[in-house]
Amino acid sequence: MLRLPPFQLHNPTNLDDAAKMLADHGGKARLLAGGTDLLPNMKRRHQSAAALIGLRRVEGLRGIRDSGSGETAIGAMTTLTDIVRSELIHAKYPMLWRAVASISSPVLQSTGTIGGNLCLDTRCTYYNQNEEWRESISFCMKEEGQTCWVAPSSPRCWAISASDSAPVLSAIEAKVKLVSAGDGERIIAVRDLFNDDGIDYLKKRPDEVLTEVILPDPSAFKASHWKLRRRGSIDYSVLTVGAAAWFDGDKVQKLNIHLGAVNSYPAVPEKTCEFLIGKILDEETIAEAAGMSRQGSTPMDNTDFLARWRGQMVERYVSAALREIAGLDPGVKKPRHAM
Amino acid sequence: MSNRDIHRAGVDAPSKTDKQSGVPGKTREDQPFNLIGKPFRRVDGRAKVTGQTRFADDLTFPRMVHMRIRRSTVPHALIKSIDTSKAAGMPGVLGFVTGEEMPNTFGILPVSHDEHALCMDKVRFVGDPVVAVAALTEDQAYAACAAIEVEYEVLETIASVDEAVAVPEPRIHDYGDEGNLHKKVSMEFGDLDGGFEDADVIMEDTCYFEGNTHLPMEQHATVAVPEDDGRITVCSSTQTPHYLHRSLSKVLELPASRVRVIATPNGGGFGGKSDPFNHEIVAAKMALKLGRPVKIALTREEVFYCHRGRHPVHMHMRTGFKKDGSMTAQHLQTALDGGSYGSYGVASTYYTGALQTVTYKLPRYRFDSIRAFTNKPPCGPKRGHGTPQPRFGLEVHLDKAAHQLGIDPADIRLQNLVEPGTVTANYLKVGSIGLGKCIEAVVEGSGWRERYGKLPEGRGLGLACGSYLCGAGLPIYWNHMPQSGVQLQLDRSGCVAVFCGETEIGQGSDSVLAAVVAEILGIDLQDIRLCVGDTDLTPVDLGSYSSRVTLMVGNAARQAAERARDLIAKHVAEKLEIPARQIHFADRRVFDLENPDNGMTFAEAVVVAESKDGTLGTTGSYIPPRSPGRYRGSGVGPSPAYSYTAVVVEVEVDPTTGIYDVVHVWCAHDVGKCINPALVMGQIEGSIYMGLGEAMMEEQVFRRLPKKRSPALVHRHPSLLEYKSPTFNDMPPVTSYIIEDPDPNGPFGAKEVGQGPLLPVMPAVANAIFDAVGARVDQIPIAPHMVRAALDAKEKGKEPRFGPKPGFPDVDFGAPLKVLTPDEGGDGKAENQDEAKVRKGTGTMTERKDALKDGAWKESQRENKKGGN
Repeated sequence: MLRLPPFQLHNPTNLDDAAKMLADHGGKARLLAGGTDLLPNMKRRHQSAAALIGLRRVEGLRGIRDSGSGETAIGAMTTLTDIVRSELIHAKYPMLWRAVASISSPVLQSTGTIGGNLCLDTRCTYYNQNEEWRESISFCMKEEGQTCWVAPSSPRCWAISASDSAPVLSAIEAKVKLVSAGDGERIIAVRDLFNDDGIDYLKKRPDEVLTEVILPDPSAFKASHWKLRRRGSIDYSVLTVGAAAWFDGDKVQKLNIHLGAVNSYPAVPEKTCEFLIGKILDEETIAEAAGMSRQGSTPMDNTDFLARWRGQMVERYVSAALREIAGLDPGVKKPRHAM
Repeated sequence: MSNRDIHRAGVDAPSKTDKQSGVPGKTREDQPFNLIGKPFRRVDGRAKVTGQTRFADDLTFPRMVHMRIRRSTVPHALIKSIDTSKAAGMPGVLGFVTGEEMPNTFGILPVSHDEHALCMDKVRFVGDPVVAVAALTEDQAYAACAAIEVEYEVLETIASVDEAVAVPEPRIHDYGDEGNLHKKVSMEFGDLDGGFEDADVIMEDTCYFEGNTHLPMEQHATVAVPEDDGRITVCSSTQTPHYLHRSLSKVLELPASRVRVIATPNGGGFGGKSDPFNHEIVAAKMALKLGRPVKIALTREEVFYCHRGRHPVHMHMRTGFKKDGSMTAQHLQTALDGGSYGSYGVASTYYTGALQTVTYKLPRYRFDSIRAFTNKPPCGPKRGHGTPQPRFGLEVHLDKAAHQLGIDPADIRLQNLVEPGTVTANYLKVGSIGLGKCIEAVVEGSGWRERYGKLPEGRGLGLACGSYLCGAGLPIYWNHMPQSGVQLQLDRSGCVAVFCGETEIGQGSDSVLAAVVAEILGIDLQDIRLCVGDTDLTPVDLGSYSSRVTLMVGNAARQAAERARDLIAKHVAEKLEIPARQIHFADRRVFDLENPDNGMTFAEAVVVAESKDGTLGTTGSYIPPRSPGRYRGSGVGPSPAYSYTAVVVEVEVDPTTGIYDVVHVWCAHDVGKCINPALVMGQIEGSIYMGLGEAMMEEQVFRRLPKKRSPALVHRHPSLLEYKSPTFNDMPPVTSYIIEDPDPNGPFGAKEVGQGPLLPVMPAVANAIFDAVGARVDQIPIAPHMVRAALDAKEKGKEPRFGPKPGFPDVDFGAPLKVLTPDEGGDGKAENQDEAKVRKGTGTMTERKDALKDGAWKESQRENKKGGN
């Protein structure tokens, strides 16, 4: 067995205390929002913390709320199971439901939370290994080492964005609320939560608590979510496509696509998005647009499957998402998870 | 929809029928079975599902301490220094063990004693054990382990067979056939050239089978307990307590009589717990040193480093066919990537060639093979041991031949089946063969005749067959003693205690052992007490490997039980004043067949016999029949019986991505005679599950960093999350057919089922993908990108194939060992035994004798004697 290293555990019951504790530890504490990723990582010693601040007992962070104005708010500590069981989410945001239902396995969904999933650490097969293994490669840039073994000449870390909810929440222009002891709260777009860097992957400051995800009125757009992985359960994504389109009549007015697991952040295939503005989503247009989607994605050999093939799949899966939005047959085999 | 569908069919009407349907005759032999063939609950089932079973890691003892092993972080290096000073001062730390304290080598095969319990001067892969530390708690041991400093002088690494062929120096081991080649084999059976001349078509294929590992849910664990009289007891999750016993005795330099091994129930083995392991020996050493019980429970990473799993095998196959699909000759070449130690590797090497002849008629055959040492965890036996790789090659090869010749793949097999009782070109004696019935069952069940080749694009069916041993004909070290022994102790209470060295690894061996005894004595399973896998208390059984237990333990148990039955029958007959042959045992009673009311309970019968004869006990044992092969290498392949399997797989392929799903599997397995259909079904479904994992995703693969920057050569993903193996969710519906073609050598006719059903799964998947999209992937596992690449080639007008480059590494095999086949009038001996310069292997009896003459085991025996005096 791998064992957890010793750490202090705090269980504040209100947000002010939580934010204050976080500030007081000056970056040496981590938030525990489910722990289904953090705790195994701590067992393998590639993440560490002197203290963990558990958010489970903090009042007001769990639950799904219809704000009445068309928006819906999900508390950061709402479990993935809460979301999967929510009739509201299933009816109004089926693409988000699909993304969440595909995360890990039902057992871990009952512990994992939406806030935790958004802030999930980036992943890499040179990094998500136990300590002895990492010692065998003299560690890597993301933890203790000097080199990014994915691209040894590169000055940056190429660990990949692994959150299943981030691409689709970015695409539908959801927002998150961040609270800190010093500055109070701020609201930013989910797509602005992430940096294109495997190490410094979050724009959330270390002293901020992500408290809420705010979903926009779903009547304005059509969205889709597609995810590629080896098995029908448990595996992290090796390619996620979150897409949303706003229409003016039958023409595309605005289109967002975010690609998960092919970069250190939910990357945007800008050419595809720009190309489609003002167009009708028919078969030929989609095929042409999907053909441009490789740009923006840099699949590398640091997760499951051959990187080159994952690159080819970007096109196929972007096409599937767009075709689904257009009401066409997606054209690729459906994954084994719930759709 | 139910995911499970089971059918049973006999090939010939069995002599005994199930009780309900049978008409009892008047002789004992005509009586219906009490238990055999019925789906009874496994004897260890209740304890397992309620959590009462105590696995090795569940054991605790007073004053027990915990051990961790510091393992090599470099793939190939000399050890310059080991510094434990920092760790020694840490809280709870009690002591260390290093390699020099245990200089004796060990290994499973007498010819490959190439392991040290802890590395002496050199490490050979990332994960090789270097130094052990014990502490009061596991956390303390973990922390201390990390504080041990080891300095290395790095050596060049070998990562593949090709590199091993190209780079003879530095050698990973200073023994072996040449350079970094551990083993070289070349054998020719019959006039090969003549065979190819007779062919109408010659087919040639190159295939690759990636390595994979066993993935037992239970991680290996050992608790070593020093006893007050200077003895040591080692409780371990092992499939082979007897071989572990011998290794402990040798390395610890203790007489075997002072070492006791208890095999705890295994939470899965699959071959991964068949070697004696370094951690088992080190735990014993540490326990002796500290005078306290010592536990080590391996992490999942360490289990990946123990490995001994499927060898990666590169295969080249050339076969002559007549227009009717019959084979005239075959030349098979295999190259095995053995990893860093011998393990079972010499046997694995021979096994990649041995069983090519037992399914379809193959009159002439040549087999060349090499096994390379590489700086990776050692490969060894995994379910199917050495045979799934060439079976994949052969069954895909045959599928291609069927297409080229315009013959249905089912028919090319049905028309060329080996006849029962055949001695093959390489001198394997086949007993019963129910393969025809197996093929017919899956052909009918899958709707093959109506659907094969006719399904819409993207859907396809694939068929493949296989065969496996029911126990290796020879023991691992040369001896004339039984491979299995069973001892019964009959108590006046009516309870029968059964002592046997066999090891329950989840396959149901305890249940088979109990059922055989219960059947013959006409008692219930509840009347049986088992004592198994304990070298102090039980007669030797060689272990749970090579699918030997049902046949060998079953036969030994049958003999012991029949002796007990005859003993009791004699005294009861005297008392009832009837002939002993008229006495029958059933329903926990012993009675007169002519007049069933005239009798007594089994317990009363024991009292009668014990009153006359004193304490009652019998023994039984089993030695396999001698094989007709007399050439060097003929020791690998012979078995008392062979099981047969046919599988049809249906796939659904998405040609746009190459992603595919297996949507249904039909599997028919010739088990000879079913002892317990529930266990047989479990083994069939489990084999299919494991086979699909191998076919679709499982791979034990490695990363090498840019050599300029780092010497690292590491396991790519030693974790249960990233080493991809199917989950429940990925398991398709399975239809099983239990085919019963009793074998004269099996207990009640029974053959194995633990390994055979796995073999056809991988080629059946590959063949189904071809039927679905017209593309070949000559490689296992078949990843979606490979299917897509083959389709890309097809779309560009090239050969629609993904696989290794045609050919075989450039190796000089010299003159092959030449053996005339039985059809050519051969006598089983090689014509050129001496000139061929075939190197030593574990293969033949002669070789084993040679190995023992200069082998270290004999020394240890001498040591034992000294120690015992």
